[in-house]
Amino acid sequence: MTDRLPPPVAAEPGGKARLSPRKKQRISRAIQYVVLVAIAVGIVLYADWGSLAENFAKPDVAGKALPELFTVALRNTIIYSVGGFIFSFVLGLVLALMRLSTVRPYRWISTLYIEIFRGLPALLIFLLITFLPLALPGFAVPGGTYGQGILGLGLVGAAYQAEVFRAGLQAVPKGQVEAARSLGMSAARAQITVIIPQAIRIVIPPTTNQFVALLKDSSLVLFLGVSGEYVELAKFGNDLASQYANATPIMVSGLTYLLVTIPLGHLSTRLEKREVRAR
Amino acid sequence: MTHAIEIRDLHKHFGKNEVLRGIDCTVETGQVVCVIGPSGSGKSTLLRCVNLLEEPTRGKVLVEGVEVTDPDVDIDAVRRRIGMVFQQFNLFPHMTALQNVMIAQQRVLKRGKKEAEKVARTNLERVGIGDKAGSYPAQLSGGQQQRVAIARALAMGPHLMLFDEPTSALDPELVGDVLAVMRKLAEEGMTMLVVTHEMGFAREVADRVLFMDGGVIVEDGSADQVIGDPQQERTRTFLKRVLHPEG
Repeated sequence: MTDRLPPPVAAEPGGKARLSPRKKQRISRAIQYVVLVAIAVGIVLYADWGSLAENFAKPDVAGKALPELFTVALRNTIIYSVGGFIFSFVLGLVLALMRLSTVRPYRWISTLYIEIFRGLPALLIFLLITFLPLALPGFAVPGGTYGQGILGLGLVGAAYQAEVFRAGLQAVPKGQVEAARSLGMSAARAQITVIIPQAIRIVIPPTTNQFVALLKDSSLVLFLGVSGEYVELAKFGNDLASQYANATPIMVSGLTYLLVTIPLGHLSTRLEKREVRAR
Repeated sequence: MTHAIEIRDLHKHFGKNEVLRGIDCTVETGQVVCVIGPSGSGKSTLLRCVNLLEEPTRGKVLVEGVEVTDPDVDIDAVRRRIGMVFQQFNLFPHMTALQNVMIAQQRVLKRGKKEAEKVARTNLERVGIGDKAGSYPAQLSGGQQQRVAIARALAMGPHLMLFDEPTSALDPELVGDVLAVMRKLAEEGMTMLVVTHEMGFAREVADRVLFMDGGVIVEDGSADQVIGDPQQERTRTFLKRVLHPEG
């Protein structure tokens, strides 16, 4: 298809013109529908629905997941995610302020941190955390398994959240600091009273996305070797799946994730639209 | 007698760009001084050097005898005595008009909430928008926002006020309200240094007018002298352009 418009064809009276662009489009659309329906029919006819249902959607296996699916697994997923999120929010803000600081070593430290923790797979961080007690004898992450999970998620999340905050802080117009300073506020006071509150409002939508990403990453807690009361959704689904040699529990876990992530995604979109309107 | 503002041999470079090239001038207490001149002449930079929003490259600035360019001086303390009004208002968008006027009183002057609110309401009345105390900046017109900004500066009890093109970002029909507030302030004896393009205002209110061009003060005198009977060719050319834009 060329991106140049075809030369206007003089309408031939008498209706003997070849297909008009609009007619062509209608035919092309019809062909696409036919292909789609054909694919759908093919799937319906050739898939082995009985076997699929047996392996991925077996009601009695799904029933075994309850009530622990919610009382233990979802609850733990939320503990790890919210804990990790708070950790990453605070550390991320500190890193962002350091990154924008006039003190050069602060900038170096922050940049180094962000580069390293954004550049490494989150899984690697979790694996390293399990070795912490070996590296630092006598050291234990406070909060036990929860603490370890939150630490891992927080360390990684902070690097991303720092960049989100940096963008937010930079989006606050320079005149705001000037107005605050000209009223006699110190540099620190101006940040706390004027700049940071505005930056936080600006970053609410991307931060919601960060939270969703973190919630999904909480599945990596699996690699801390958690068990029993500490399992979160992914591990919970996986364990049950092994136990019954059936994938249904994993599907159930997946649905439970979606139950949380889809509404959050929509919330983020709504907040973004509101942000645009408020400008 | 100490001058309200004293500027000695002030230079300001932005990289290779010399914006101020040796400014000497004084403003006496109670005077209203308007600074006029073409854009890029260094007017705003001069104003911003007075409260050190720009750090001068060379030279001295004294405010009520305190050398603000001295590295040992507590600049926050000096700024408390200097109110500043910006072209873009720079109200805090996450606070209501009332909170905008209260916040620095509370955080900087450590006034209690009640007292700060009382002072804030008095000053909002003073600029004629007492009824807009609960509105957020986005809900106000440009003229109303600028008057909140003036009230915010006045609430700190400044000894002098700097105005950086306070009406340049306003729709023409809103300029009058802001100028009226400034005129009233001038009548009350406030020391004011005003960068402006409002020749009518300068002529009527200013005790003195400075014409700047190319980073220097070209002419300095009473409004009638500088605007009514300019001595320098550069001043004449500028005024002709401003007063008769159609040529």
